[in-house]
Amino acid sequence: MNETVRLFTEDGKRLDGRSFDQMRKVRMEVGVLDKCDGSAYIELGKTKIFAAVYGPKEAHPRHLAQPHRAILNCRYHMATFSVSDRKPAGMTRREIELTKVIKEGLETLIFLEEFPRSAIDVFIEIIQADAGTRTAGITAASLALADAGIPMMDLCAGIAVGKVQGKLVLDPSEEEDKYGEADMPIAIAPRINSIVLLQLNGRLTIDEFKEALSLARRGIESLYELQRKALKNKFAGIEEPEVE
Amino acid sequence: MYRVGGKPYPTKILHDKLYELILHEKRLDGRSPYESRPVNIHTNLIDKADGSAQVSMGGTKIIAGIKVDIGSPYPDTPNQANMTVNAELLPLASRTFEPGPPDERAIELARVVDRCIRESKAIDLEKLVYIPGQKVAVIYIDIYVLDYDGNYFDPSVIAAVAALATAKIKKYEVIDGILKLVEGEYTKIPIRRLPVSVNLGLFMDKIIVDPTAIEESALDTSLIIGWSTEDEIAAIQKNTPGRLPFSIVEEAVRVSREVSIKYRKRLIESIAWQLEDTP
Repeated sequence: MNETVRLFTEDGKRLDGRSFDQMRKVRMEVGVLDKCDGSAYIELGKTKIFAAVYGPKEAHPRHLAQPHRAILNCRYHMATFSVSDRKPAGMTRREIELTKVIKEGLETLIFLEEFPRSAIDVFIEIIQADAGTRTAGITAASLALADAGIPMMDLCAGIAVGKVQGKLVLDPSEEEDKYGEADMPIAIAPRINSIVLLQLNGRLTIDEFKEALSLARRGIESLYELQRKALKNKFAGIEEPEVE
Repeated sequence: MYRVGGKPYPTKILHDKLYELILHEKRLDGRSPYESRPVNIHTNLIDKADGSAQVSMGGTKIIAGIKVDIGSPYPDTPNQANMTVNAELLPLASRTFEPGPPDERAIELARVVDRCIRESKAIDLEKLVYIPGQKVAVIYIDIYVLDYDGNYFDPSVIAAVAALATAKIKKYEVIDGILKLVEGEYTKIPIRRLPVSVNLGLFMDKIIVDPTAIEESALDTSLIIGWSTEDEIAAIQKNTPGRLPFSIVEEAVRVSREVSIKYRKRLIESIAWQLEDTP
């Protein structure tokens, strides 16, 4: 798009020093908020996200309740100060779309049929956005659900693959996303070997698409390990109460 | 092997029945799994719009209209015309669609159509700049779902592209830095590519193309793949809950590519798109 912008250094590294298959520094923590039933915090480079879960609880309003399963309410929301220009308050069309795909991704994994007539609420709040918010958001949300003790088939983790000046890169930065040719956010549940969220913005050939999938998969394997560690950090020390 | 769970019993029974049919290469409406419904395209049916198209695929009917205005460009693209896509699921189309502002499904539809057109660079937006940084064309693409029998994505993309490709827009000229309308003269929207999308449904390990409403109510998951050309994917959206197994992705791409070629052929036939228009 813009030929004057250079996104790789002389030795083929990315501007922030990463190699093509390296993601930004990740930090995850479980149980960071008190009042909700489960919560998680994630940092992916400068992207910072909180996720909180309530439920299973009574569905509200009542007419939305389903007789055979719980309903999942979800909201992906960006703080007004999370981006360079102030984001208008309220839900933008982008946020509504991302809410939908994230909700559908999580819905895939939760055993909703265990909780008929109830609701589970998931709130994802982007405190700072610096590319990769929907994928980091679903990663945090699946941790928060696990923290809330909601039965799931698997955790899921997400990452984006970008195409930048003809090369595929894992976890594109904001610059790479802006000037790149394609952005493919994907979330995977590794244990069940399935994709739960998949989008593509931009042009890829069939071979590039396949390569992007395997690049994302490798990234997600390591995110999945970090998720398990974050959960163990909170729960490993807790022992089962002794029954007399 | 796969979880069907979470579906109410009538849906589960339907799901299993449809899957059984697919195993025999059959579907409820007599199609084979990879067969799309016939596409009918009528263009320029709304005189007052700059461009319009009505597309039907089986029982799904879409109408798309184009209006072009003059406006200022976005600060980050001073040398490009603006384009916005809006979609509405009209209450005329289904009992399940309600009047009111677009819900998440309508917003998703608009954004998927937008992505197919924008990312494939279907419109040469640089050519619709009148005064760089100040006056550019603003293209409004509005899509209405008139009748819904599943898969409103594919006919919406076809309708939007057909309306764009057959639109006649007012001609402007710049005299001494002032934009003037050339009375009685019209020009075309410069089209570079004809993107199409293909909606795929998954029943366990089987793929179907162009699901109907009844199939959509029972399928395990679905996705839309937008193709800018025969060999280039421009957009993807997994648009329903459910697992998309890795093992099925390659087949999905292969099947959707074949259907996309068929759609584009149909599109070219109906709009008499001339190859010499490509730069």
